[in-house]
Amino acid sequence: MSADFNSGDRVRVREDFPIGHFRTPVFVRGKSGVVTRKFGTFENPELLAYAKKGPKKALYEVRFKQTDLWPDYAGSPYDTLDIDLYEHWLEKAP
Amino acid sequence: MAHDPHDHDHTHGHSHDHGHDHGHNHAPPQPDDKVHSYYQMLGIAIKELLIEKGVVGADEVRAAIEKRDSITPANGSKVIAKAWTDPEYKKRLLADGNKAIEELGFQMTTTHLVTVENKPGLHNVIVCTLCSCYPRDLLGLPPSWYKSREYRSRVVREPRAVLAEFGTILPNETEIRVHDSTADMRYLVLPMRPAGTEGMSADQLEKLITRDSMVGVAVANDPPRH
Amino acid sequence: MRGPHDIGGLPAGPVDPQPHDLTFWEKQIDGVRAVVGAKGIYRTDENRRWVESLGEDAYERLTYYERWTAALMRALIDKGVLTQDEIDARVQVVRQRLAETGELELPSVEEVKCK
Repeated sequence: MSADFNSGDRVRVREDFPIGHFRTPVFVRGKSGVVTRKFGTFENPELLAYAKKGPKKALYEVRFKQTDLWPDYAGSPYDTLDIDLYEHWLEKAP
Repeated sequence: MAHDPHDHDHTHGHSHDHGHDHGHNHAPPQPDDKVHSYYQMLGIAIKELLIEKGVVGADEVRAAIEKRDSITPANGSKVIAKAWTDPEYKKRLLADGNKAIEELGFQMTTTHLVTVENKPGLHNVIVCTLCSCYPRDLLGLPPSWYKSREYRSRVVREPRAVLAEFGTILPNETEIRVHDSTADMRYLVLPMRPAGTEGMSADQLEKLITRDSMVGVAVANDPPRH
Repeated sequence: MRGPHDIGGLPAGPVDPQPHDLTFWEKQIDGVRAVVGAKGIYRTDENRRWVESLGEDAYERLTYYERWTAALMRALIDKGVLTQDEIDARVQVVRQRLAETGELELPSVEEVKCK
């Protein structure tokens, strides 16, 4: 957790289910994708939501193949989904 | 991308009928009148109390509404038309959206504008599955469908079916790339410039650039035929 | 295990591509939230959190700006800006006004001047 990733790195989204305000949708949890860019570091919205602040978090754009997200995906095998994820939700993909 | 002007004209005009054909059986349950009426009253009650206590000014609320009303998708159309006609501007827009739109007098307040470019073989479409993140500072408030359960739930899983409901059919070889905005990045689609617009000025091109094309549920309109 | 807002990938009906104009009431709620946001009293992240914690039934049944209104009430009480008692009392005033005049709001100064 909280490793520094580069574009091209394969990452996996943590498969945890805490209760509260989190910016990582359930549909990508536990899925693996590729880092496509790093946007820099930002205040953690998961703390701002409770009017608190903590260490800034790196924000990455991560690209998933749709066929990896949805086993029954009906579109083209080329289709992808990009999503912005904070470092503490990502781990190096095995 | 295969771009058939005739097909596009047809499907675009057809999209609303299409929606009615299917009816609205899956419309979300509406609040009953008493609940709806309570929230109308509650909203006004809160506004009045905040003004009386000096937490907000009536003039500030009015100014906020006027500011929102003044921002329309036409601002985005100007940005896209400039990018179509000025390759150096396009580079700056793709590199730093906030700076690039400032050149045209527009401003992102707290978020970062990220422009994603459609190309032959690649079509981008934007959603916010968790709430309603949208480049409001450039395009104004999002249309109701963008905030709807139907769009947010489905466009990440069946983007081609959702695009078809907007009259947009893309070939299977075209990669559809859905962007789920979950952070402080606000996405703007740079649509492809339609064929047959080579002689057109930026002013003329702006009219072809719809809000839907900048969200990615449609492509830019074709030029009028003479 | 997901919140009522975390709906990516769930089945749903067709999208209605018709845009709808906002009502003046909706614009007012948007405006009030923009002002308390700009003043740092209630930021966007907090609005999201309160909207998400309204519960499944409210999230489904309320319209977009009704959810914002419900969330704003909880947040302002939580922050000690308003109390439930004064909100309830004011809702009664607005209800009575609505019954007597058919208007949610008192005519503004400018509107009176125009008459």
